[in-house]
Amino acid sequence: MRTRKVLFLPAAAVFGFLFVWGLSGLPAFGDYRGPYGIVLAQVAVSERHATEVVGATTFDYRGFDTMGEEYILFAAVLGLVILLRQLREEREDEEEQQSDYDQRLEASDTLRVLGIGLVGPLILLGIYVVAHGHVTPGGGFQGGVILAAALMVVYLAGRYLAMKRVRPVPLVELAESGGAAGFVLVGVGGMIAGSAFLYNFLPLGEPGTLLSAGMIPLLNISVGLEVTAAFVLLISEFLDQQFVKGRDET
Amino acid sequence: MSFLPYAAAVWLFLIGLYGIVTSRHLVHLIVCLTVVQSSTYVLLLAIGYRAGAEAPIFADIPPETPVVDPVVQALTLTDVVVGATVSALLLGLTLQAQKRLGTVNPDEIGVLKG
Amino acid sequence: MTVLQAALLVLVALGGSAVVLVRDPLRQAIVAGIFGLLLALLFFAFQAPDVALSQIVVGSVALPLMIVLTLAKLARLRGSDE
Repeated sequence: MRTRKVLFLPAAAVFGFLFVWGLSGLPAFGDYRGPYGIVLAQVAVSERHATEVVGATTFDYRGFDTMGEEYILFAAVLGLVILLRQLREEREDEEEQQSDYDQRLEASDTLRVLGIGLVGPLILLGIYVVAHGHVTPGGGFQGGVILAAALMVVYLAGRYLAMKRVRPVPLVELAESGGAAGFVLVGVGGMIAGSAFLYNFLPLGEPGTLLSAGMIPLLNISVGLEVTAAFVLLISEFLDQQFVKGRDET
Repeated sequence: MSFLPYAAAVWLFLIGLYGIVTSRHLVHLIVCLTVVQSSTYVLLLAIGYRAGAEAPIFADIPPETPVVDPVVQALTLTDVVVGATVSALLLGLTLQAQKRLGTVNPDEIGVLKG
Repeated sequence: MTVLQAALLVLVALGGSAVVLVRDPLRQAIVAGIFGLLLALLFFAFQAPDVALSQIVVGSVALPLMIVLTLAKLARLRGSDE
């Protein structure tokens, strides 16, 4: 360990010097010259009727990148599910899970009341953030994680078995694939309408209302669905790990 | 003084790298990796900043006000969520390491075992 | 470069150092959650509300939860080995 630190510090110093030297060639902080951002800010509201330029950029002007990143999410969740399902060749016992849980961690009353009070508003907040992705800050990614967090509150405030009932795994997997496929289908709709992939072919409405910006709300909803299902599956895989008894633990 | 954001990005990168190099627990290593990732977020947003400008949301400001760059924000936004998912995958690998090799100390997981 | 942005940048650098220098993974999960919130404040100061929303939701909700669950399972696996 000592030799590692001794080797690391000079190397880091050289790297840090080169990094700082490279960054000092950039324009000063606050002096923004790039034309792309300025052009986008000027045309986004009039061209796409979306008041939120970042959302319009993510889902329309650079929608192809977002599709790729959504598939990174999908592939990572797939990899994790495969990895952790292999561990579950061990025996799984339903009643033992619940009695084990009751012995070890009984949620306090404060936590339970707070949790029950928070689940409804969190779901509403998540749906609000997803639906208004093209009007105010938010969108599919943020709203999706908020919705997944609402489900986690069910687990924290209640019992693991209650949470298991609320997230039937085949339905969640269907939702995730549906969200991922929905993105591509909306893009193909653009092709069917006679133009390029991910072309905004739906009627643009009044900027600032909920039904505007063409297909961007649809893409937001499909991304929100996919991200929610992805995070629910992720946390479920970790939680299932918690309660599975190993074969050597009987 | 105007070099401070870039200096913060460089510092975060180097300290995160130090944490990865001298880590003795795989979960500690994964959290240091998220610190390195956050240095790129700070750098991206610092590049796109425009002095005296507003956020690029035209819901309540007139359409001619100068705004900061929306493109780097779009890049950073998806980057944040994908970074969390990659960390989840790495945590799953940590569980496998404990199960198969019996240790989560990166120094002891040396040679590849078949 | 306002005073708020400069102060938040210094705090973020200190927070990053704190995350790295805390060695125990369980304590590090809490410090990482606080670091996530500091980063989100910095993003707000840089006029990026979308990115800040993502960072809050991911860095203070999803990431500490996953870390703590992994640590719980690791403790259980290690307990059954001994």
